[in-house]
Amino acid sequence: MVEYLPILILFIIALGFAVTNVILSAIFGTQKPTAEKLTPYECGIDPVGSAHERFSVKFYLIAMIFVIFDIEVVFLYPWAVAFQSLKLFGFIEMVIFIGILFICYLYIWKRGGLEWE
Amino acid sequence: MNKDLLIYLTITCIKIFIVFGVIQFMIISMIWFERKIMAHMQVRLGPMRVGPHGLLQPIADGIKLLFKEDIIPEKANKFLFVLAPVMTLVPALITFAVIPFGDKIKIFGYSIDLVITDINVGFLYIFAVSSLGVYGVVMAGWASNNKYSLLGGIRSSAQMISYELTLGLSLIGVVMLTGSLSLVDIVNAQAKIWNIILQPIGFFIYVTSAFAEVNRTPFDLPEAESELVAGYHTEYSSMKFAMFFMAEYANMITVSAIAVTFFLGGWQGPFLPPVVWFMLKLSGCLFFFIWVRSTYPRLRYDQLMHFGWKFLLPLSLFNILITGLVMVIKG
Repeated sequence: MVEYLPILILFIIALGFAVTNVILSAIFGTQKPTAEKLTPYECGIDPVGSAHERFSVKFYLIAMIFVIFDIEVVFLYPWAVAFQSLKLFGFIEMVIFIGILFICYLYIWKRGGLEWE
Repeated sequence: MNKDLLIYLTITCIKIFIVFGVIQFMIISMIWFERKIMAHMQVRLGPMRVGPHGLLQPIADGIKLLFKEDIIPEKANKFLFVLAPVMTLVPALITFAVIPFGDKIKIFGYSIDLVITDINVGFLYIFAVSSLGVYGVVMAGWASNNKYSLLGGIRSSAQMISYELTLGLSLIGVVMLTGSLSLVDIVNAQAKIWNIILQPIGFFIYVTSAFAEVNRTPFDLPEAESELVAGYHTEYSSMKFAMFFMAEYANMITVSAIAVTFFLGGWQGPFLPPVVWFMLKLSGCLFFFIWVRSTYPRLRYDQLMHFGWKFLLPLSLFNILITGLVMVIKG
């Protein structure tokens, strides 16, 4: 596990660097807040309504499709590492796997899951 | 045993500080180079006032940002608002941990690998960490309580996760050829022939997805000024704004370094020392980023999503099958 130690050290340094930046600007920055300054930017007019409104369901859909496909990609990694020893057997298995994946992909496409109009 | 560990840690700390310093320096110089190169490509001079040819401009900008007022909007979720730039910057800076930037060297009888750490799942580490950056973007968009920020954040996250798929798939061909997830092994395997020759489609997919992943032109939709002001960092000012900028440049350096490692032979090259080769190739990739930015216009959002899902995704699956087929035939 000792080879993961440098990552931890780097993480602590990076985190320290980021937090220092936040603190430094809080110390050195001028602080003259006014009511107008603290309203959300909306091209100079008073903000209309809340910003946390509903937005297009497409984005949720993309996120869900992503989760499915990303898991498939993770399955491909160990296969790719072992591919040289699996040879033809591994190849045929992966053709079946990607084939099933591809049918699902075509289904999503045909049902309009990838359209943005 | 204990002494060995101590030496190991000392060497590691020195390496980390050097790499960290170099990345910081590269971020600063990238800002200058980008402004200068783009200016000359548009027949302008770019920054000229601060220092010779504006060399000290990034430092002046940094000092200016440090002394700017740090505004946190009244209705913003304060905790998430402050956390978001940290969440964006930290993953961008720590991805570099597994990228080899040189061959083994010997100093005082110790053999030192020029990589911060060589873990056997280096490839997975890169993807695990770099995808954390999307949290920062979503948080920034949501916590600002600004419509532009929210739209920018959501757009950005949808774009990043879409292209993350093809980014991951594009490198599988390289892993198949190498049979290892360790980045040191991947570079060593390219001693004779670079992977860009064996995996041209993979390289094309990687480069395209990398541009989308770091939100650069022609895929800089999250920051489309003409429609979304500045996207997810509209409400940010002072050093918090600078941190988003640093994260963007650090991400650019990281994806370039991955491109060099996976496709362009890493530190391998004749005559010059390995570290110099690595830096040369890295600089070449970074120049390419700037070049593309001043060449291509921005895509429309539906074009962007269609391109990723309907073209790059099937192409990357096809690339894996072709690679497998050729490897099976050749034995």
